[in-house]
Amino acid sequence: MLRYALFRIALIAPLLIGLSMLVFVIGRVLPGDPAGLAAGPYATMEQREAIAAEYGLDQPIPVQYWRYITGVLEGDFGRSLMTRRPVAGDLAGYLPATLELVFFSLFLAILIGIPLGLIAGIRRNSATDMTIAAGTLSAMSMPQFFLGLVLQLIFGMMLSWLPLSGRLPFIVSPPPGVTGFYTIDSLIAGDLTAFRYSLLHLILPALTMALAPIATIARIMRSSTIEVLQQDYVQTERALGLPSSLILFKYVSKNAASATLTLIGLYVGWLLGSTVLVEKVFDWPGIGLYATNAILNQDFNPVIAVTLAIGVVFILANLVVDMLYGVLNPKVSNKQ
Amino acid sequence: MSLLEINGLRLAMRSFDGETEVLNGVDLAVGENAIAGVVGETGSGKSLTGLSISRLVPTPPGRYLGGTIRFDGQDLMTASEEEMRRLRGRQIGMIFQDPTTNLNPAFRISTQMVDIALNVAKSDPELIGIQARSSRRARRVAARQRCVDLLGQVGISDPDTRIDAYPHTFSGGMRQRVLIAMALIGQPRLLIADEPTTALDVSVQAQVLELMSSFVRERDLTMIFITHNIGVVAQLCTDVSVMNAGRVVESGDVRKVLKNPEDSYTKELLSAVMTRDTPRPARNRAAAGAVA
Repeated sequence: MLRYALFRIALIAPLLIGLSMLVFVIGRVLPGDPAGLAAGPYATMEQREAIAAEYGLDQPIPVQYWRYITGVLEGDFGRSLMTRRPVAGDLAGYLPATLELVFFSLFLAILIGIPLGLIAGIRRNSATDMTIAAGTLSAMSMPQFFLGLVLQLIFGMMLSWLPLSGRLPFIVSPPPGVTGFYTIDSLIAGDLTAFRYSLLHLILPALTMALAPIATIARIMRSSTIEVLQQDYVQTERALGLPSSLILFKYVSKNAASATLTLIGLYVGWLLGSTVLVEKVFDWPGIGLYATNAILNQDFNPVIAVTLAIGVVFILANLVVDMLYGVLNPKVSNKQ
Repeated sequence: MSLLEINGLRLAMRSFDGETEVLNGVDLAVGENAIAGVVGETGSGKSLTGLSISRLVPTPPGRYLGGTIRFDGQDLMTASEEEMRRLRGRQIGMIFQDPTTNLNPAFRISTQMVDIALNVAKSDPELIGIQARSSRRARRVAARQRCVDLLGQVGISDPDTRIDAYPHTFSGGMRQRVLIAMALIGQPRLLIADEPTTALDVSVQAQVLELMSSFVRERDLTMIFITHNIGVVAQLCTDVSVMNAGRVVESGDVRKVLKNPEDSYTKELLSAVMTRDTPRPARNRAAAGAVA
């Protein structure tokens, strides 16, 4: 198991080199004039060239890439053309916010999707099943930005139950940074007020992102539950008198959940991508919002850094998922 | 008096083509401490009769059209699901055909067995040798010990460590032993074995049969042994019932029925058993390679 994990982690390096080359080259060969944009509309030719020289944009692309990649190895992701700040610092601030959102919505998706699918599978073709099917179908077909606006309108404006946007209200100071996740950091600091507020701020954007995964996970879980219910061992468990609640929620659910695991791994990537829209709607200070602004300004260092960060998170998340297969299905862990 | 008495049991199964009657009037009586063989060809309704006793036939698609099943005087057809659940495992144990698919692959043997032991101990704590008010921990320890003992008795070597293994690490024969141990946890009075040796190879088959017959002799057990193998019935059973097309066509003492069958179907079934005197079938020319 440990050897397998190390092998998978070692595989990350070539993947990242490929990914960085791709994004770097595409960023540089795209038409446009980043140095000109950064210098502003009234800059002279000399000022423009000075900025290009400062950022190394006057060098051939292989040289630029080499400089960039050696910098990355030292933790230097270059500087942003627009903010003139080091990208690494920006990333350290924005990435945890996004990850908190992504993992919280993933948590919601699993917490809601798995039981929904299990119940639908157990009560196959009943009114409950039909209701869940109708609900999941409409959830899947709802565009996220629209859903986010509707949720803001209902829960933020009309009912005033939940905050509209941001991570914390201005009057609450963020907890001292340990993980960068406000919910966890505030718990570590023992600051329950900050914990309550950061959780309240998470709910709407996380729900917006989680709704489609909830629906898909529930549908997959439903079909695998139906399949597991027909297995011989379920009949044996019944024949030996185990109560159905124990059979369903312990013995059936564990077998059925392994089918949804692949899906959950893939959703990490999907959720990371969808932060771009959702963070815009909810004004969430994460890398989605950061990347959007950078793309609009042809500011490529942040774009490359965000892409690499998302790549690493995605690969690691799928590594965790692969490890979990071994937990849910003991046959797999033996073969590794 | 019989421990189990089935009278005129009729069961229909629904499919896309409509309803088909699969059991049409099964009569079966099993005396205390008997080993009752139920033989018949595939589709004759043997397994559904066995499942019906534990009321494990899903309804729908199944639908009972009539008949009674009396177990120790209680009518099982009118029993509630909760009453049935208390009988299962505790009074009526079951063993099924394919040991590779009847153990849950995602859980350790110990998890599955201990859950069953704790469950039967709810109604009868004596079974795992504890008081009604023992702590959770004491219950767990006692339940595990009972399972380890049983695994040892069915011939699993080193049961104390093997109990924590996953099912896929056991061979087919060993898994069937585990399933037998599982069925015995609740000390059932009636054990329904549905082709328990069909999926095993011949030498393992003999060991498992030997094991089962020794259990029936040593523990106050009654067994219904469902099989299509008449040789096994002759070796193991005290009584036999022959089923055909959803009905019992002949039943009685095993020696009497196998020696002097009265029913024409029983005669036919017995003549289908191969012996040394069975003439070889005509050689299939194509299979022998003589292409015309």
